[in-house]
Amino acid sequence: MNVKFNNVYVQSSATSVGPMEAAGPLKNKFDQTYPDLYCGETSFEKAEQQMIKDACDIALRKKELTPKDIALSIGGDLMNQLGSSIYGMRHLDTAFIGMYGACATSSLVIGQGALWVEKLNKPVLCFTSSHNAVAEKQFRYPNEYGVQKKETTTFTVTGAGAIVLGNEKSEIQVRSFTVGSIVDWNFKNVNDMGKAMAPAAYETILSHFEKRNQSAKDYDLIVSGDLSSVGFSFLCDLLIKNDVEIDNKFFDCGMMIYDIHKQEVFAGGSGCACSMCVSIAHVFELIKKQQLKRVLVVATGALLSPILVQQKDSIPCIAHAIEYVGGNI
Amino acid sequence: MNKKAMYTKVSERHEPTTHKIKNCCCAFISGGTLAVLAQLVFVMFNENLGMPKDESVSAVVILVIAITALFTGLGVYDKAAKICGAGLFIPISGFANALTSCALESKNEGLIFGIGSNMFKLAGSVITYGIVSAYILGFVRYFIGV
Repeated sequence: MNVKFNNVYVQSSATSVGPMEAAGPLKNKFDQTYPDLYCGETSFEKAEQQMIKDACDIALRKKELTPKDIALSIGGDLMNQLGSSIYGMRHLDTAFIGMYGACATSSLVIGQGALWVEKLNKPVLCFTSSHNAVAEKQFRYPNEYGVQKKETTTFTVTGAGAIVLGNEKSEIQVRSFTVGSIVDWNFKNVNDMGKAMAPAAYETILSHFEKRNQSAKDYDLIVSGDLSSVGFSFLCDLLIKNDVEIDNKFFDCGMMIYDIHKQEVFAGGSGCACSMCVSIAHVFELIKKQQLKRVLVVATGALLSPILVQQKDSIPCIAHAIEYVGGNI
Repeated sequence: MNKKAMYTKVSERHEPTTHKIKNCCCAFISGGTLAVLAQLVFVMFNENLGMPKDESVSAVVILVIAITALFTGLGVYDKAAKICGAGLFIPISGFANALTSCALESKNEGLIFGIGSNMFKLAGSVITYGIVSAYILGFVRYFIGV
């Protein structure tokens, strides 16, 4: 399903990240960086909340807004019961919607925010976060547990990103939002989620092109969320088989936020913050500099339930796409 | 073959190569080194300090567990385990690390619902099936009369 927006613009945006991201190829492009995973707090969960607060605070300040000017805030993260988003935002006195779409939450909250902006004509705050240690604790093993990880494993990004959407004209327009459907090609390996998510990205990209009557030629850049090196090469393979011209336009946020050859991140980055932080720190900057005109961000998420996977069930995945257009078009 | 099944098969060619031989060698060397060191300490306890044989064995095991727990807490163990793999995982050090890492992970949730109930989250299986197999082998030994 695709929704077109006529009057939704990115008003301001901000990121807050941890040490590994700050040492990656996008260093110096983040608004706030922390030297360790605790971010000055006593637990990893509180650290994630702190990063959400930072990102939202900086994004609001950039546009000289206060929480009272925001009609609604929409956010999500990877923790059970959306713990980080809810606890992180509890002191901000605005209407709140929590959303879960695993790592695809970033596009989901932006798309949802855009719908509300069209309806209300007031600014809406969209944010997502993820924290490596929180995600490891919840989905994988304890952080200090000594195992040799598989080469296909992804490394959850520690960070938070916030975007204020509104109807005041700016350099970046949110043009359309494609809501993906749940795609399950019966992949079961939880250590290789990139491969499981690639079909979801593939189907969302094709559906977006079809609904918008576009092709890859209309875009300057198309980025997938967090497919990692394995999933990304699988996606490219699928696209080529369907005669989509890849042309050096396709990239993956999980491979942009880290240097996967130098940093110890296995197949690449993942998590809600991965596509969010790369969009804000890298893609938005290039659109503002007018180096890119039309960009598609396809955030991908593995909607696995640890309990159902232990019951030998597969990993259903989803991908949502947001189309950004440089404001001067 | 339908399209989906065909594409699923296509995905296999994107899997990265696994370093099985390298991992085996690392495990062999590190596990062997750990065993030699433990044997040296055992000899020291037994011969130099005059401890009885069975007490020396227990003392060495306790020492390995204590060192593993300490190194897990210092954040060194998981870095070493990344390289050594099974070399550190198979000996009692793997078990000690499973206990300590689970305890550390849940320390913020308190003593009862945190450390107390989560400590055996990973190591619990080892204990459960250790006891089960001890029972089975015990019965086998009793009835066959080995």
